[in-house]
Amino acid sequence: MLKPAAAIAGQVVLYGAFAAVIGYFATDPVYRQIPDDIAVVKVSFSHLGDRECRKRTPEELAKLPPNMRAPMDCPRERSDINFELDIDGETVVKHVLHPTGLYKDGISTMYRRLEIKAGTHKFTARMQDNVKQEGWKFVKEVTVDLKPAQAMVVDFHPDKGGLFFK
Amino acid sequence: MTFEALCRQLVRAPFQRCEEAFDRVFGGRHNPLRHLGALGLFLLWIIVGSGLYLYIVLDTGVAQVYSSIGHLTEREWYFGGILRSLHRYASDGFMLAMALHLVREFAYGRYTGFRFYSWITGVPLIWLAFVSGIGGYWIVWDQLAQFSATSTAELLDWLPIFSEPSARNFLAPDSINDRLFTLLVFIHLGVPILLLAALWAHVHRIAHVDHLPSGKLMRGTAATLLVLALIKPATSDAPANLAVVPAETRLDWFILFLHPLTDLTSPAVVWSALFALTALLCALPFLGRRQPAPVATVDPANCNGCTRCQVDCPYAAITMASHPTRPGYRIAVVDDALCASCGICAGSCPSSTPFRSQERLVTGIDMPQLPLNALRAELEAKVAGLSGEVRVVVFGCAHGAGAEALNAPDTAAITLICAGMLPPSFVEYALRTGAHGVMVASCRHGGCDYRLGERWTLERLSRQREPQLRGRIPAERLAAVFVSGNDDAALAAAVDDFKNRLRSLPAAGEPLQPYLRRTAHHA
Repeated sequence: MLKPAAAIAGQVVLYGAFAAVIGYFATDPVYRQIPDDIAVVKVSFSHLGDRECRKRTPEELAKLPPNMRAPMDCPRERSDINFELDIDGETVVKHVLHPTGLYKDGISTMYRRLEIKAGTHKFTARMQDNVKQEGWKFVKEVTVDLKPAQAMVVDFHPDKGGLFFK
Repeated sequence: MTFEALCRQLVRAPFQRCEEAFDRVFGGRHNPLRHLGALGLFLLWIIVGSGLYLYIVLDTGVAQVYSSIGHLTEREWYFGGILRSLHRYASDGFMLAMALHLVREFAYGRYTGFRFYSWITGVPLIWLAFVSGIGGYWIVWDQLAQFSATSTAELLDWLPIFSEPSARNFLAPDSINDRLFTLLVFIHLGVPILLLAALWAHVHRIAHVDHLPSGKLMRGTAATLLVLALIKPATSDAPANLAVVPAETRLDWFILFLHPLTDLTSPAVVWSALFALTALLCALPFLGRRQPAPVATVDPANCNGCTRCQVDCPYAAITMASHPTRPGYRIAVVDDALCASCGICAGSCPSSTPFRSQERLVTGIDMPQLPLNALRAELEAKVAGLSGEVRVVVFGCAHGAGAEALNAPDTAAITLICAGMLPPSFVEYALRTGAHGVMVASCRHGGCDYRLGERWTLERLSRQREPQLRGRIPAERLAAVFVSGNDDAALAAAVDDFKNRLRSLPAAGEPLQPYLRRTAHHA
């Protein structure tokens, strides 16, 4: 053990070093998540795929117990969902979403984070929630002037007209 | 040497040097590196205390959560602001202490055998500490919170545990509501409570736990954090706005370092690393399994049920049961799985006295690898062989400075499993059978491989703990030194110094009555 004066001085230095380490690394170095001229596009939605329903004939309905006479016969399984996103004419997301659940009867979800240069861009989103059908059921095209660090969301909601950008 | 032992050695050497350098400044009792567990617990109490006040003033509305914390920092800087800073800095200190504690226990190989339980129960504590720490940052709901919440959600979504991506909760400003913060506060209170419960389990198999470090170390640490809180108060970033990505954040690298790591690599890499590290920590006790040493054995005929061994055992390996042959008496029972084979129990046993006349010394509790009978025989033989002006006996510790190298015509060195194994009566026995002085070389304070050996030895020799050194022993003929495995030279110098002091002692005075066991009147 050092002499008392030297020990006290040493303790002050070591406690000071402890404070310096804690104080510095509690906030520094500053972390830069994205460069200055970058904006973020978050593509995410949660949607139940479509399913092919068939109208039951009167004969079929008559064979069913009265409490089970639903006019439509719908399978439990949901369709995959096809989704594509173009930015300035180039396809940057092309994804097939599978329904969740053991019986493939759950929602299809996706979340994708894209970093793009800030500025004006043309976005085209396309979605088809029934892969047995040709073409795209939902298409949305917008031109957006993205500011640096802006976060834009590409989402889907049937009650809001399908695909939307915000 | 196995790879595991090589890694341990590579870490141990510098860590031990640092500890010993800190000893010079703080002294062993107040050395933070020797009391990392207790220091971590002290920091946790600061976190809990300051956190309770923050909880009281926190308003969990989406807009109010930021303003209520901001009010605390700006308007109540003299109390609430300081408590907030203490809460943050003590959390960082806790993470640092926890990491160093882990490294230290690894370096000293304290994860196998009887230490398996304490090691394994420590692993979940790391997860709980980080869950609690990361969640705490979200409650402020500033840009740092936004960054951490989004990054954590993106990281969690890599695991197949959510039916819907959790990151959708942080998509846009209208994605969150007041209930989120109620949930966060619930988690931020609940996880630390789990942490405290897990801490109880972590130290469950340890006796005489240091729940807090020394008063001096606590005052020093608290004052340091207080000064830091005044110089650099913890503040919030700009309010969170999910429509904008916080490009720059003032990251707490002690707690939130996983986020940059995820950005730099990928969630798959981070989760793989975390699971691999956890698996490695859990597997270490099996990878580094060593040949277990024989455990303490109890001799029913010599155990009177005094409970001293039970009280002194550092690992609560001894319990008391009804004596099998003496009605109304109790007997010590050793749990093999918990016994550290340190021999501290043998040193505490009142029947561990070499003055007993039996040809074969059998004590109440003994170590098969170094029975007290063999120790007495070694002492008798070595003292009989001493010659010279001053004859000295040195009792050393197998984990401390090497005593065997000191053997010389005038010096008899005897190595014990732990210095705490030495019954004080052996000191008197050495002096009365021909030695002029006895030196007990124990490990440095807080450096005992069995936690309490050095402490019990000092207390027994200074007559503060049973079995005590008898009062007739002249203090000048006994010396205690506290040396580590790096202190061979210091021990040799201490022995030389002791011999010189013995030489300068006046021959007059009240001599100790010589004792020869074989001719003693009760033999």
